[in-house]
Amino acid sequence: MQRKRVALGVLGAVSTLVLAGFAAVDASESTSGATPRSKLTIMAPAAPGGGWDLASRESQQALRSASIVNNVQVVNVPGAGGTIGLGQFTEIGADPTQLMTTGTVMEGAITANRSPVDLLDTTPIARLADDYEVLIVPADSPYKTLEDFLEVWRENPHGHAIGGGALGGTDHLLTGLVAREAGIDLGQLNYVSFAGGGEVLTSLLSRTVEVGVSGYNDFRDQIEAGNLRALAVSAEEPVPGIDTPTLIEQGVDVALPNWRGVVAPPGISDGQRQELIDIVGEMVRTPEWADALNRNKWVDSFLAGDDFTRFIKEDQARVDAIIEELGL
Amino acid sequence: MESLSNLMDGFATVLTPMNMLWVFIGALLGTAVGVLPGLGSAMAVALLLPVTFSLDPIGAFIMFAGVLFGGLFGDSIAGILMNTPGNSTAIAGSIEGHRMAKSGRAAQALATSAIGAFIGGIIAATLVVFFAPSLAELATLFGPAEYLALAIFAFVAISAVVSDSVIRGLAALVIGLAISLVGIDGASGAARFTGGLPELFDGVDIVVITVGLLALGEVLAIAARRGTPEDTGILPSTGRLWLSRTEFRLALPAWLRGTAIGVPFGIIPVGGSEVPTFLAYGTERRLDARRRKPMFGKGAIQGVAGPEASGNATAGTAMGALLALGLPTSATAAILLAAFRQYGLQPGPLLFERASELVWALLASFFIGMVVLLILNLPFAPLWAKLLKVPRHYLYAGITVFAMLGVYATSSKILDLVLVLAIGLLGFGMRRYGIPVAPVLIAVILGPLAETEYRRAMAVSEGDPSALVSSPISITLYSVLLLTVAGLLFQRVRTRRRQKALV
Repeated sequence: MQRKRVALGVLGAVSTLVLAGFAAVDASESTSGATPRSKLTIMAPAAPGGGWDLASRESQQALRSASIVNNVQVVNVPGAGGTIGLGQFTEIGADPTQLMTTGTVMEGAITANRSPVDLLDTTPIARLADDYEVLIVPADSPYKTLEDFLEVWRENPHGHAIGGGALGGTDHLLTGLVAREAGIDLGQLNYVSFAGGGEVLTSLLSRTVEVGVSGYNDFRDQIEAGNLRALAVSAEEPVPGIDTPTLIEQGVDVALPNWRGVVAPPGISDGQRQELIDIVGEMVRTPEWADALNRNKWVDSFLAGDDFTRFIKEDQARVDAIIEELGL
Repeated sequence: MESLSNLMDGFATVLTPMNMLWVFIGALLGTAVGVLPGLGSAMAVALLLPVTFSLDPIGAFIMFAGVLFGGLFGDSIAGILMNTPGNSTAIAGSIEGHRMAKSGRAAQALATSAIGAFIGGIIAATLVVFFAPSLAELATLFGPAEYLALAIFAFVAISAVVSDSVIRGLAALVIGLAISLVGIDGASGAARFTGGLPELFDGVDIVVITVGLLALGEVLAIAARRGTPEDTGILPSTGRLWLSRTEFRLALPAWLRGTAIGVPFGIIPVGGSEVPTFLAYGTERRLDARRRKPMFGKGAIQGVAGPEASGNATAGTAMGALLALGLPTSATAAILLAAFRQYGLQPGPLLFERASELVWALLASFFIGMVVLLILNLPFAPLWAKLLKVPRHYLYAGITVFAMLGVYATSSKILDLVLVLAIGLLGFGMRRYGIPVAPVLIAVILGPLAETEYRRAMAVSEGDPSALVSSPISITLYSVLLLTVAGLLFQRVRTRRRQKALV
């Protein structure tokens, strides 16, 4: 009994020390006066493993190794296409040491989920990079070109199932844009949503859907290995290193980049905003960031400050229009 | 034979002191997060991702493999000892495992679970090494109609065995289905039962349900029984480590059957290891019922062996599906997919060519990790069993703290903490009134799967119901199901007649 009491005492003492240590660290971190150069927190409004998480962690890596910011942390706030994170972020207060990663998917989710706040309720900082969508078919599909598919699709839109990611996401938006351009009533669309590129791939190979839509990177290797054939990419101009023609080149006037960018909380001063823009501007010039772009096959699309704000306004309007037509 | 020489190269890469250290760290970490309720290997890998960014990919990935399998070795420990499985993969094995612990056989149950995890994992890893590309083809045979058939099959096969009373079992199933309906409907985008709360748009997380229903529910039930005549303590474990020959003979076929059930489920995405573990549990229970002296309900060793082996077999072949197809069939596999991308690698047909050294080192680390885990876990079984000597109020208070911590760490949402408490109360109420909790989990996993696949099948076939039974796989599954149900009914009628004749 005596020994047990001693053991419990030791245990108690150790845990008290540990907790006190944590509290001290916590207290030292929450002291005010932190500048974005000393400490920066990037919120990824998605679970670890998604596109925003990746973009946040690549930024973290670049900022840290180039010593632009001393201490960079990434926090994940997943849920509802990023609108949970957005909701929390707009309530942080005017804290210049916070950034949130965002992108096309969040614009769709804001409208589809009827979020009470949108991206203009934050302080836009900069767009960082674009990623592209691709329309693909299995290698032995009868559709050799985009036009082959559009022809049969126009005749019977409902009879040809198209697979892609979540409703209101970029895959769905692109399907809607292409269909509208091809003169198809969006109410007739037969869009089947899957959880991610892997499932879209198996649904294509099991002949569940005829055409798949997903991020180019999800299918890059399968296209190169010859298991899939790419019909078109959603880039505005031909992307170096991608052989597939763009939609525009094939007479379908649609471009949908899947952009990623960062925003700051609302209410920060112009000086603080400029400081954050400078930090991000320095980051995109580091070799680490160039390496990240290259590894992830992202295309640099840096756009900062008021230009970025204008871009968000226009892009959000375009997304809203298509979401409404899709009936979400 | 090429695979074999590649694998040998892989072993050569892993068997360096530094890489062995990563395997070891991964295995320890994995076991630790497996034991703690609410923390799973998926989260452990996610937390490690940024830390390993500067590590070389081989070191990082073999550590991840250690975490993945460590989690599966560790997750049954808390379930067996305290009936508070922290991960949904350990529920099936805990049912009989905890009964074994109650009758003083905790060490044997833990050993059975560790050996089962080892056998299932090793066999699955061997299959992946030699047949990864052909295994991957299995996934392409399954369309929505086949998934639906599989979900219905699993529904009936599992719910028939996990509850003794049909009505109570159905009640639990309905509770589970109701919980699973919360969230945005993936096929139409409509929000269901969310009360306008955006936090509920993605539904109630499976971690919240598992932790609430199983861990917190059990803690409350134990607390409520304290000092009452129903307060049945757990017999101290005998401390005998090794299984007796009879026990081994009972467990061995169950390990193999469990592995056989688990292997195909790693390739087809039906939500990870939960379904095969329950199917293995059901199979063992049905086989046991034919014996002269059924052991189920009193701590049957097969009830631990089958599910544990199948859980690890599923995790093993899931890695095959991930490597060869880029298809993540479980939460952990999804994080690993992200890890590959972080290093600029895309799992798929070209991965074996582009990063051959990494892939084979990873595969070799599965084998090494499994051996390390067995060595770590077997001697520790009696030690873990000693945990039961800690006074119960300390033990269960600790579980509660870690459960809440785990839930908050997963989602960082306050609402999830409220939900986990509410579901914990629900779990307590269900225990109080003798409603089994396992069917709730089955409904939560299989319900949405069945719904989604049904609607996908209908969307693709433009509403033609004959599409549901148009492939050999779905026809076979439905026929087996019909035959089984008919057989069960026939058996029941016969027993009833015999009983009547006796009266």
